[in-house]
Amino acid sequence: MDVVADKTQLDISASVELLRERWPDAISHDNRDGFSGIIVDPAQLDDVALAMRDELGFDYLSSVTGVDYLGVADHMEVVYHAYRTSGGPALVFKAQTGRDDPRVPSLVSVWPGADFQEREAYDLYGIHFEGHPDLRRILLWDGFDGHPLRKDWQEAYYEEEHKPFDSRWPGGQVYRAEEKNVFGKNVKYPDDFDLGRLNDVSESDLYQGLGLGVDVQALDSDGLRTDRLVVNLGPHHPSTHGVFRMVVTLDGETIASLDPVMGYLHRNHEKIGERNSFLHNLPFTDRLDYISSMSNNLGYALAVEQLLSQGARYSPPTYRAECLRVLMVELTRIVNHLWSLGFLLNDLGAFFTPMLYANNEREKILDFFEATAGSRLMCNYMRFAGVYRDIPERIRSVANLVNDKVRDYNTMDYLTEMVNERLPRFLDEYDTLLTRNEILRERTVGVGVLLPEDAIALSTCGPLLRASGVPYDVRRADPYSIYPELDFDIPIGKNGDIYDRFLVRFQEMRESVRILRQILPRLERSQGEEVMSKVAHTPRVPVGEAYGRVENPKGELGYYVVSEGDPKGPQNPWRYHVRAPSFINLTALGPMCVGHKVADVVTILGSIDIVLGETDR
Amino acid sequence: MYGQGIARGLLVTMKHIARSYMDDIRYAGRKYSGEGNFGARQGMQATGSYTVQYPDEKIAVPERFRFIPFLIVEDHDHPERPGHDWCTSCGICAKVCPPQCIWIVRGKNPQTGRPVPEPDAFYIDIDICMNCGYCSEFCPFDAIKMDHDYELASYDRTSAHIFDKQKLSKEMSHWKRIAPTTALEEMQARGGWEHKDILREKAKAERAAARARKSASKQSS
Ligand code: SF4
Ligand code: SF4
Repeated sequence: MDVVADKTQLDISASVELLRERWPDAISHDNRDGFSGIIVDPAQLDDVALAMRDELGFDYLSSVTGVDYLGVADHMEVVYHAYRTSGGPALVFKAQTGRDDPRVPSLVSVWPGADFQEREAYDLYGIHFEGHPDLRRILLWDGFDGHPLRKDWQEAYYEEEHKPFDSRWPGGQVYRAEEKNVFGKNVKYPDDFDLGRLNDVSESDLYQGLGLGVDVQALDSDGLRTDRLVVNLGPHHPSTHGVFRMVVTLDGETIASLDPVMGYLHRNHEKIGERNSFLHNLPFTDRLDYISSMSNNLGYALAVEQLLSQGARYSPPTYRAECLRVLMVELTRIVNHLWSLGFLLNDLGAFFTPMLYANNEREKILDFFEATAGSRLMCNYMRFAGVYRDIPERIRSVANLVNDKVRDYNTMDYLTEMVNERLPRFLDEYDTLLTRNEILRERTVGVGVLLPEDAIALSTCGPLLRASGVPYDVRRADPYSIYPELDFDIPIGKNGDIYDRFLVRFQEMRESVRILRQILPRLERSQGEEVMSKVAHTPRVPVGEAYGRVENPKGELGYYVVSEGDPKGPQNPWRYHVRAPSFINLTALGPMCVGHKVADVVTILGSIDIVLGETDR
Repeated sequence: MYGQGIARGLLVTMKHIARSYMDDIRYAGRKYSGEGNFGARQGMQATGSYTVQYPDEKIAVPERFRFIPFLIVEDHDHPERPGHDWCTSCGICAKVCPPQCIWIVRGKNPQTGRPVPEPDAFYIDIDICMNCGYCSEFCPFDAIKMDHDYELASYDRTSAHIFDKQKLSKEMSHWKRIAPTTALEEMQARGGWEHKDILREKAKAERAAARARKSASKQSS
């Protein structure tokens, strides 16, 4: 029997053994309670990573993030989650380094998709990734003092290490944070920072490396003297879908290079998440990708459930709760794709007609969300081991003093009609409206092509990855909830251009409708089952780490959660990291745009489908 | 043929225009009157688009809709405890509130200094409240509920946006009006329209009375 015939088929433990045989001194098991994976000596990290990718087939680096173990083990740790695009669980590996001058080799040369994530870890932890081609801050601004995710860093309105704060009860005399810490005086700069730079519009750091100010009148290959022009698209521009900026170098109308600049909406979600209790974080996840709050909730709930299931007295969600979860996230997928296709068409100049048609249907779904979860966008519906409440018997609004337009529908009828008739009818119509439209095709076919190998290497995910022909979908590759028993296909594209992304999203909506059709009878059958969570508001989360990931409409959304708490201490995540699909998909934006015209940049960005709440976190 | 896709797409738009008017004709003159017209024009069978003329018209929000919480007090015409707080100042809502915008001063008996089950002061900073609904979900006494009034904008946030107990307190009948089904479910879970503690005391008193009756009947027999 030849066991090593195909090493790319080895399971995780066999793969780990193989690596350990080769590097017995550099690799050790992570034996901490509740932790898994291997710890790799930073000196050997490149080689080990290369072997993982090339020999073992872990071609997809999903997540890179730092953790500061100040006071626990007093080191910094970089945590990597690598997957195979053929499916299966993660190979988790970690590199540890001192806190004073943390240095870890960069893996951008192995997985180019590590680029933005390493920059983020550098920005927020100060970890130097040696060999990174462009190690700059990414979310924060140049004059920012310190690295905020370090455990000893305190924010401007710092109050206490952990919520709940003591000042709220029993002696809760209210005050505003800004009364104690006046706005404007709450900012710190590094000692050597020149405040004059704040008014300096040249932003030399950024423009360095763009080849500017060096030789703008260079001769191009045709012997023409052309100016290279730097244009800032955004941050305030309707086509950027939020506050997002692209620094473009133009050669005539053609893009020579594109550098995304983000962080304008950065609020240090992860630091807030570490101050929060486990439960507090749920409504905060709504605010990441605010178009798809339901599935954001689910990813986080799955991560914490992984931890909870290690402890005593945990009962997993009931079957009905799982059905409701899938119902909600698939409706969310439709909501998101309706929105993103509508806006893609806006970006193409089909101003608001397709957008509003799509929105008309979206409203109907949001009405259902509102009646069930209490809010249209910030649903906060999932709970650990359950959901907030069962669907109401009737979608019913009550007239009261403030409002008088009353509606009343039977919920199951409403859903059945929506899923079986209204949505399919609409999708057919939308198909007629757009898919064969010649203008749409001219603007999108062959534009913004992303080859499958690049798509994988750049760690792109979701419809962007699948449109390039890679059938990678977390619902199938690493299933969760009741997806294994549901029947659906993973649509993929052929050419990896904008048109394929359009088609993939369209097909995904049809597949979601197909899933919903299977969910409805399951809901009928499981009528009356308990769905609400029995986990208390201060759950005792066992020590350990978990990585929960879901196939969000925009791509793979992952939550890396570490619980370090002593069982009697504060119940707060030690580490709470969000692997944001919009953020990581932007790695591919630059390469996709080069060689295209300015007008195409807007469409290419639109075809990635980003949302800045999640990108900037 | 080139252009066919566009032409067929345009037919769809034409259909949409026609549909909007079709509904207008079907409901001609009944837009503002008639039972159920509004629901039908917003429902699954609706065709075309229908504009709600906000702020002249407003869609009534569903029961579970959540905005800013309010505190339940007994109705002002309650025979025994008019306007009495339901809140026991247990502090759970303040602890479970994600952005920590609830501030409670626990009530104290002025003589003994021991805590009493009602808040001396209760504040919610509505600028910070993220409308998550946890406070009402985890309150063990059904004393805090999510209100439906979403028109809270004001010209001066510094003076108007910290709601104190007086501003937060609303009668139980308000909750019954905006969320009849939920209020009913909660009543059934509690076992009556009264506050949990009152119900418990009543049950205790009843048991004591029953015991007294029993022993009385034993003695007499
Ligand atoms: S949880 Fe309920 S009873 Fe306790 S303090 Fe809050 S509102 Fe009052
Ligand atoms: S709704 Fe949420 S944020 Fe607002 S007061 Fe209640 S718990 Fe706090």
